[in-house]
Amino acid sequence: MNSLIKRLKMQFDVEEQTQRSNLSFINATALQLPALLTHLRDYEKYTQLIFLTAVDRIEDNQFQLTYMLADESSQNNIGVRVRIDRENAVMTSIAHLWHHARTYQQELREMFGIDFPGSPGVNDNFILEGWEEIPPMRRDFDTREYSEKTYFPRPGRSTTHPRTAMKAVDPDYPELPLMKGRVK
Amino acid sequence: MKSTENKIIHPLENAGVPEDQRHLYCDASPRPYPALNKYVERFLNWARANSLWILGYGTGCGAIELRPLLTSRFDISQYGMNPRPTPRQSSVFIIGGYLSVKTLKRVIRSYEQMQNPKFVVGLGSCTVNGGMYWDSYNTVNRLDYYLPVDVYVAGCMPRPEAIIAGFEKLKSTIMAGQAEGANEYAERFDWYKSNQKKIIKDWDMPDYNW
Amino acid sequence: MYIATKAFYLFVSIIVALVWGLTVNGIVRKIVARVHGRIGPPVWQPFIDIIKSNAKRSMIAHGVMFYFGPVFRFAGGLGTYVFIPAVFGSVVFENLSFSGDLLLVMYFIFFGQLGMALGAGEGGHPASAIAVGRGLAQMTAFELPFALSIISLATQYNTLSITDIVAAQQAGVMSWTVFTNPLATFAALFALLGMNMHSPFDIVIAPQEIPLGPPTEYQGSLLGMLHTNRGIFVSAKLILFMNLYFGGALNLPILMVKTFAIYMLSVVVGVAFPRFRADQSIRFFLGVPTVLGILALLIQ
Ligand code: SF4
Repeated sequence: MNSLIKRLKMQFDVEEQTQRSNLSFINATALQLPALLTHLRDYEKYTQLIFLTAVDRIEDNQFQLTYMLADESSQNNIGVRVRIDRENAVMTSIAHLWHHARTYQQELREMFGIDFPGSPGVNDNFILEGWEEIPPMRRDFDTREYSEKTYFPRPGRSTTHPRTAMKAVDPDYPELPLMKGRVK
Repeated sequence: MKSTENKIIHPLENAGVPEDQRHLYCDASPRPYPALNKYVERFLNWARANSLWILGYGTGCGAIELRPLLTSRFDISQYGMNPRPTPRQSSVFIIGGYLSVKTLKRVIRSYEQMQNPKFVVGLGSCTVNGGMYWDSYNTVNRLDYYLPVDVYVAGCMPRPEAIIAGFEKLKSTIMAGQAEGANEYAERFDWYKSNQKKIIKDWDMPDYNW
Repeated sequence: MYIATKAFYLFVSIIVALVWGLTVNGIVRKIVARVHGRIGPPVWQPFIDIIKSNAKRSMIAHGVMFYFGPVFRFAGGLGTYVFIPAVFGSVVFENLSFSGDLLLVMYFIFFGQLGMALGAGEGGHPASAIAVGRGLAQMTAFELPFALSIISLATQYNTLSITDIVAAQQAGVMSWTVFTNPLATFAALFALLGMNMHSPFDIVIAPQEIPLGPPTEYQGSLLGMLHTNRGIFVSAKLILFMNLYFGGALNLPILMVKTFAIYMLSVVVGVAFPRFRADQSIRFFLGVPTVLGILALLIQ
């Protein structure tokens, strides 16, 4: 793993972050991503794209894409992280490197609204059919509000937080600050 | 719930299908079928209750509890129930758990293909009020807004015993002649359709898929 | 007067055959369930199923042929039965047998399938089309050993009348065809396995892969008719085999015992073997059973 990172650093402008002996992440820029992935696939035996996923970094106004690759012979994984602009979310397609990437890209297009120009079928429906709101996985989309507005919620629903429920039966249950969440 | 208004039979628009294909589809809305003579109906209801053919819709996780019902442990064939692979022949529609908008569309299609005395069993909390996916962007909360449900089996997920108890409940409802979901669907067709269309945004099928 | 009595007897005979066929079906379902370690449906379940199918209020049709499918099938089952003398020497159960009835019965056995193929085709379900293709192919395959066996029988007894064949077997157990002409019997029994469509030959109705095959689109009273036919047809087939190979029956209880025993062959094979693929099934019928049939023919 370390030697690989060293070799990569000689050719690309990347920062690395090793998590386990067989798993590292490198941060790359969107521009050098296709070259980096091609290099990993063709010269470093990272021939398998395990997944491609996105995280909405709404605080930085960015999306973070993670391309996870695997080298089957050495069982090593490497994740390539790329940040792209959130407002104008467009990323280069990698469907020519791995054919199945088109499915991930189609999903990201639908769930996050990230466009991958040239990826086959990227604008087709993936799971949502006829979605009209902002893409549901963006963090500024309020699923609860949408659900209450759309799906005829049944009145009388009550929710108990596990901790309060446990406190009632077991007084020694540890007192921790309740998580701030949507649970009432 | 709204009161049952008298429905005016009018041809359906089928606005969802392309105009040049509209003539291929039927535009009649379903109509309620009156029950027969009291004693005949009682006998037929007995037969219906004792020969429930199941159409299982198992995309929700709760449907995993349907499988043990068919095998030796909780064999439901002893109650005269049988899984049936086609909606045309089945009389009980089991919704095994949560429905997303996408699956609801398929469920409606299957339901409408079933023939008149037809019953719906909602399995799991998800069909009752959305269960743990109640605030999801994509999960319907109340099944009874889209299909007439006869029996709900609550639980996440309900044990096979609970499901069998649900079937027993369904049987007694049928024998009492109160399981008229199909007629209710026909009578309040407009209401059900408007609910369905409210959440299924790309309605690309005929309005009534018999 | 004669015709009226005859019609009445025929009616009684058909009802008995129907009830017995359905009961056998119910018993067999129970037995299969027990083999699986289940409790199984009650024996009268097939009757309830028929009532409930007919109690459906609405019905979907796909055209005229769609109605004719079950009607043809039913006519096939009925036709098969009414030309078989069910109980040897009985007035009530001799049905409409006449001197050439064997050929007619053979024709009727396959008539229903053809009618069903037309109806299922009109239903328009792709799985039905697949199943019809499979069904006709398998039918052609098992008809071969069956026909060879029948020809062998016809040469052996020098007649085409079922009554005469039964009469020739009345000299005692050793005069049954199964002992006098075992090759023909076994060829025909293999064909019976195919006809009964239990596993391993249930490629036509395979519920898991092609939802029930031809009857996929059928519901309500049409399905009820198909199920009724199943009762009659099962009786008819079993009685035919009993008559041809196992010495016929002198009264109803013997008929019941014998037909049940013959059916058990299908059931035992059915619970023991998984389903063939369509091509395997056809190869099977064109293999050993056909060779047996040819041998039976050569020996005669
Ligand atoms: S009720 Fe529970 S088990 Fe059933 S579908 Fe919903 S989440 Fe799954």
